[in-house]
Amino acid sequence: MSGLEPKVWRDMGLTDSEYEQIKKILGREPNYVEVGMFAVMWSEHCGYKNSRPVLKMFPTKSDRVLQGPGENAGIVDIGDGLAVVFKVESHNHPSAVEPFQGAATGVGGIVRDIFTMGARPIASLNSLRFGSLDNARVRYLLGGVVAGIAAYGNCLGVPTVGGEVYFHPCYEGNPLVNAMCVGLIEHKHIARGVASGVGNPVMVVGAKTGRDGIHGATFASEELSEASASRRPSVQVGDPFMEKLLIEACLEIIHRGLVGGIQDMGAAGLTSSSCEMAARGGSGMEIDVALVPRREEGMTPYEVMLSESQERMLLVPKQGCEDQVGEVFTRWGLDAVVVGRVTEDGLMRIKDNGVVVAEVPAKALTDECPVYYREEREPEVIKVNRGTSPNPPEPDDYNQVLRRVLGSSSVASKEWVYRQYDHMVQVNTAVRPGSDAAVLRVKGTNKGLAMTIDCNSRYCYLDPFRGGAIAVAEAARNLVCSGAQPLAITDCLNFGNPEKPEVFWQFRQSVSGMTAACNELGIPVVSGNVSLYNETNGEAIYPTPVVGMVGLIDNIDLRMTQGFKEEGDVIVLLGDTLPEIGGSEYLYVTQGQEIGQVPDLDLAREQRLQECCLELIKNSLMGSAHDCSEGGLGVALVESCISGGIGANVALPTNVGSDAGASPAVGANTASSSGMRPDYYLFSESQSRVLISIPEQNLSALKEICDRHLVPFTVLGRVGGDAVVIRKGEAPATGNPGRTVGEEAIINMELVELEKLWRGEIERWMG
Amino acid sequence: MKFGVVVFPGSNCDADCYHVIREVLDEPVSYIWHQEIAIGGFDCIILPGGFSYGDYLRTGAIARFSPVMPAVIEFAENGGLVLGICNGFQILLEAGLLPGAMKRNDSLQFRCHDSLLRVENNRTPFTGLYREGQVITVPIAHMEGNYFVDSQTLDALEENGQIVFRYANVGGEVVPEANPNGSMGNIAGICNRTGNVLGMMPHPERCSEGVLGGRDGALLFQSVVDWWKRGERVGA
Repeated sequence: MSGLEPKVWRDMGLTDSEYEQIKKILGREPNYVEVGMFAVMWSEHCGYKNSRPVLKMFPTKSDRVLQGPGENAGIVDIGDGLAVVFKVESHNHPSAVEPFQGAATGVGGIVRDIFTMGARPIASLNSLRFGSLDNARVRYLLGGVVAGIAAYGNCLGVPTVGGEVYFHPCYEGNPLVNAMCVGLIEHKHIARGVASGVGNPVMVVGAKTGRDGIHGATFASEELSEASASRRPSVQVGDPFMEKLLIEACLEIIHRGLVGGIQDMGAAGLTSSSCEMAARGGSGMEIDVALVPRREEGMTPYEVMLSESQERMLLVPKQGCEDQVGEVFTRWGLDAVVVGRVTEDGLMRIKDNGVVVAEVPAKALTDECPVYYREEREPEVIKVNRGTSPNPPEPDDYNQVLRRVLGSSSVASKEWVYRQYDHMVQVNTAVRPGSDAAVLRVKGTNKGLAMTIDCNSRYCYLDPFRGGAIAVAEAARNLVCSGAQPLAITDCLNFGNPEKPEVFWQFRQSVSGMTAACNELGIPVVSGNVSLYNETNGEAIYPTPVVGMVGLIDNIDLRMTQGFKEEGDVIVLLGDTLPEIGGSEYLYVTQGQEIGQVPDLDLAREQRLQECCLELIKNSLMGSAHDCSEGGLGVALVESCISGGIGANVALPTNVGSDAGASPAVGANTASSSGMRPDYYLFSESQSRVLISIPEQNLSALKEICDRHLVPFTVLGRVGGDAVVIRKGEAPATGNPGRTVGEEAIINMELVELEKLWRGEIERWMG
Repeated sequence: MKFGVVVFPGSNCDADCYHVIREVLDEPVSYIWHQEIAIGGFDCIILPGGFSYGDYLRTGAIARFSPVMPAVIEFAENGGLVLGICNGFQILLEAGLLPGAMKRNDSLQFRCHDSLLRVENNRTPFTGLYREGQVITVPIAHMEGNYFVDSQTLDALEENGQIVFRYANVGGEVVPEANPNGSMGNIAGICNRTGNVLGMMPHPERCSEGVLGGRDGALLFQSVVDWWKRGERVGA
């Protein structure tokens, strides 16, 4: 074969040295089809060539893990012969140039990863990040992404039960769209993406193949620029109706035991699905592209192999079962065509009408992808910013400050978003969007599953190690506040160009921080996705390691929510409040600053807090529990009021001495708050804190449990009334905590006004 | 009492209705595949929510030509109980079993949240266990729930008591603010003249168990069973 022009492989994203390596593997010059196959499989998106050594740090095992990273999704045992299957994946670049289809196909892809394992998809979540809403294109992107997720997920009948949406200028040109799906499966139905059994047929099922999405994986692995709009043809078009049929047909053949191996055709389409299945099975595969059903004429073998047309699966039926498989697909009105067979020579042999057009070792595509150990360097500007102590003036008007923090688009209610998602279909949703975590009941059991997706990228920008650790800790805290024991993590690591030492430093630091938290809290990582090259015109996004987490509630009747329940309940803050406003939402909203040390995270203390909170819930002592995150206590308090439809009257123990005789170990008010400025107390984002409400008669039981777990707590006030009233001064631990001594209220606002502000912010921009 | 739940390609609330009939009501139920042309032995047929045929072309427009539909129409014309929920309601409109049409929500967006409904007529087989004027909480989840009908038909619907549910506020007042989709007269559900065919946009199957936040929807299904077990029949 004659050699190709260097431009050919360079345009496909391969370096000259990678091309040389391919030549060495093959012992000859590769042809055009082969170069295309290597280019997509060795892209960062498929090959993890920059991230693999770093990802090895994650703990991936626990007693419950049935399948860790390396398959289509992770699987975790939940007892009763059932398991939960989940994964998160990015669709950032497609969504940047074509928000509706980009986001829609992101949902489609992640849902396929779940049912390809044999699991019924039971819930979707998503993590979205955009620029500022005052930018018209950002509004177009948000509107399109939400509509795309809604159009696809609603039609599928998979409820979208949770998520997060943040706004920051760093995402203006490169929004983040991370989609997570959770499935439920009986152990005996677990299927895997393995091609085994020499001579077994290989079938393409589902949609026909077109020219859409060719080199989508490569596009996902390069920076965005002015020219990216020309990549719109790289974005696939979704057909959720087709996928709904595919779900039913695939689950039927898997549950009837007709399948040997099955895999979604996601990024890099037929190329990745075939070589990954062959590599996992230690086998080879022969495929004739002429047999693949197409919706366009004149497609070349190259185009068929690299198409990312949606709603397709590759499957290897068990010996002699292909007719039964065919019947099921026919009943659902879908194509199911034998396109090749499993071979024993370890080669991917691609034919076109019997003529060999490519022949490469399957493992060369999957396992021999080059790995790069990138140079790393802490960015100077971040060191400076982190070292600068914030010193905002103390506000004169606290009502106004609360309005601004509450009305910040990142803090404000995301109801405008989630009311467009069907979050109730499948009749499992026991806690709907808008609480710390969504909770689904598990039919046929008394159990529940709690799920959340989280990251604070401002923390990760200032301190990627601690930011990564906090992302894990906060996700776990959200689950714990719902009454669930965290089971495992799926992660979506969104960063800039790893070839830049500053970005690679952020990446490695973040993963190290996450790993530290995973190890200490005993939560393994079972699946995930890496999205690098999130840059626009050379500017990287903030490091954004998104953590998706699923937890188990043994008794669904004991699920917990964030809203205050009963007039007269005592409001208590678990954990310690320190004057930690570095990297806070308060500092950003009022001063426009992103500086200072991010809140400290003591993982042992976090662990104790979570155990304490779970014990309180299991003993039915509390009315509500809400994690303190962005906006600190101030925002958590108002959210608990709004969710419960009832006001609160609290006092901040900021200007009185602590109970000198009591150490935190015996559960008295904490010493640290003495003399703290009220704005710091209200908006500090100190970690390991949970705002709870509790009937007064349970206070002594609360004290006993907190003392045993060495968790300090502070009695703040009482639930009741139509307003949020906050004073300085100490609330007595017993008697009437609502009546505080002496001080004027620094905040006194009608709940209706706060609610209007909080609910209305996104709608104000989006209509 | 035997229920049948029709499964069109793209139905996605079929399993939810099935679950409620079997697990909550403890009544026999089976699925009816859209290609069946003869259906027998059923006392109530449910057309469930979802996106039959992807809602391509127009909601319910393709499903109405499904092989099973002539049998459903015949069943209804013989007085059989037919309940269409959400997409099922849209199919009933397209099939001509109920009058009117659905437009896209006035917000032009999908809407999923609880809605408050006032029970306008409790003398149907589907609403006997509600009080007239009772306000119930039932979730909606749709893009096309903006009910439209010509004014003559609307008058007739009113006169015949065919408007079964309207979107209302907590006090039971039928006000524009309570209307989630622009529906004419705040209409959320209507029945045919004889009362044996009910179409409604809200999803009673989603609020039939306490764990999901409410049980107002269970009363609708229980009303059906109650009515049937009392030996009442419509027409024929």
